[in-house]
Amino acid sequence: MNKETTLNIVLMTILVAVPVLAWMSDEPFLVTLATRAVIFAIAGVGLNFALGFGGLVSFGHAAFFGLGGYAMGILAFHAQTYTPMMEWPFVIEGTKAMPIIWLVAIIVSALVALAIGMLSLRTSGAYFIMITLAFAQMFYYFAISWPAYGGEDGLSIYVRNEFPGLNTMDPIQYFSICYVLLLLVLFIVHRAAHSSFGLMLRAAKQNEERVQAVGQVPNRLYLIAFTISGAITGLAGALFADLNRFVSPTMFSWHTSGEIMVFVILGGLGRVFGPVAGAALYILLEHSLGGLSAYWHIYLGAILLGVVIFARGGLYGLIAGREVAHD
Amino acid sequence: MTDPILEVREITKSFGGLKASNTISLDLRSGEIHALIGPNGAGKSTLIKQITGSLKPDSGSVHFNGQDVSHLSTAARAQLGMGRTFQISSLAMDYTVLQNAVLGALGHRGNIFRFFNNVMKDTGLLATAENALEQVGLQDFRAIRTADLSHGQRRQLEVAIALTLEPKAFLMDEPMAGLGADGSRHMIGFLNSLRQKAPILLVEHDMDAVFALADRISVLVYGEIIATGDAAEIRSNPQVREAYLGEEDAA
Ligand SMILES: Nc1ncnc2c1ncn2[C@@H]1O[C@H](COP(=O)(O)OP(=O)(O)OP(=O)(O)O)[C@@H](O)[C@H]1O
Ligand SMILES: [Mg+2]
Repeated sequence: MNKETTLNIVLMTILVAVPVLAWMSDEPFLVTLATRAVIFAIAGVGLNFALGFGGLVSFGHAAFFGLGGYAMGILAFHAQTYTPMMEWPFVIEGTKAMPIIWLVAIIVSALVALAIGMLSLRTSGAYFIMITLAFAQMFYYFAISWPAYGGEDGLSIYVRNEFPGLNTMDPIQYFSICYVLLLLVLFIVHRAAHSSFGLMLRAAKQNEERVQAVGQVPNRLYLIAFTISGAITGLAGALFADLNRFVSPTMFSWHTSGEIMVFVILGGLGRVFGPVAGAALYILLEHSLGGLSAYWHIYLGAILLGVVIFARGGLYGLIAGREVAHD
Repeated sequence: MTDPILEVREITKSFGGLKASNTISLDLRSGEIHALIGPNGAGKSTLIKQITGSLKPDSGSVHFNGQDVSHLSTAARAQLGMGRTFQISSLAMDYTVLQNAVLGALGHRGNIFRFFNNVMKDTGLLATAENALEQVGLQDFRAIRTADLSHGQRRQLEVAIALTLEPKAFLMDEPMAGLGADGSRHMIGFLNSLRQKAPILLVEHDMDAVFALADRISVLVYGEIIATGDAAEIRSNPQVREAYLGEEDAA
């Protein structure tokens, strides 16, 4: 077993052991904290698919995180107020069923990612960063100025949405749902990274000219990667909103985009489990440093600077070394 | 005589005041090695780029396999059967040698939108890739990271990837640079047999290799083709001697 696999297993074990121990010792706050880490990890794994595998520096993934959040908020809002979302030409009701909410979050985020990708991928470099940021800001201002769904104040949900057979209000049960989804997403991304598509995509990140010379078009690869990436981050958004039973325009803010990017860079760009390590470390720092000082972001900034300068592969690069080629 | 596989018609390209291609016409026929020689900065690589589509000519057209490809992308031209090697190696540097070769085989096969297969376990692609590596003599380096290869080995890998594309024509920009005496000899023997598979437009500085291999030679000087002919004709052409070969004698 190579170092990376060992690290993956250790990481995923810690991530499940901490909340279980906390739950046994009656510390629900720690369980919620771990759930946050897991959800952030999913968001990061999503961004990593575009940023780490495709080299697409998206500074607008808050758009998908927020869309997922509002997909949950809007569906649950209509369900709890017993008002249909739409009456004509046919009736669409809200819902409190998590699986349906997730599906809607994924589909909406994927479609929007496809549209944003088609427009943004005409540019590259700094322009791509700016245009993705601009799209996310558009959603941010739209959410603020749309009173039907709470505007600036956001939307609150009385009780968490439902999952068949589980009590989602129990922190450890909701944690379990999120953890299993993280595993599922990691499995899918791991497979995709080693697939035909993954080989070509990661080649395009290294050298577009080479990909063209073997007869393939980098932008097509990027567009699909961006769409999948947005869909995964959208799912995370729905889970995050459900965790807080609250969704607000903040989920669309550039600050959120930056945070998701921090998970990816901290953990290790292009490493399948990297964002999990990044998100866990982020939560750990937020929890420990946040207690020491209200300005903990300054320390986070310093750590991030250290990672970028001294450990370019992030935590995974530092501990597991360079990625070993699969044979 | 059959129609040429590749035909360049009156291509012109200027960089500011510099005419890098000046109404260049040239063709490549099946079964031949057509060498393109000329001093540094003559415009050889610029011509290759225009043929493969990474650079747009100011005027003129490129015809490939009976089709005007002037408006097609690099990728589309590669799909039609242009197998290019780069003067400055252009590889996925973080990949292993084998991954680069599989990349070529995959690009050629198409159906790249598969998300759940294990591409490095695809026996069809592996067979193509390993066969190509063996032909250029890189079989023992398959597990090496490409960034760790020598310049000559990178050049060999370029050729191996072009092989995996099973192209209708090879466009090779100095495939022997940096190979060393042994490597060059091996490559000359290999290219010699390769022309049966597909013709080669060969940009090369090594005159021994050119005279040993080429069925026809075109001489490019300051963006202009000043002569085309077989080895004997080129050797005895006074203009060529003055503009190019003479330079080499002096050196
Ligand atoms: N993108 C570019 N912009 C401006 N000038 C260029 C560009 N590309 C090439 N040139 C110039 O065009 C001329 C031809 O360059 P090219 O690379 O085609 O020469 P070459 O024959 O391949 O030379 P070498 O034998 O050194 O490889 C050179 O003077 C070069 O400086
Ligand atoms: Mg050149």
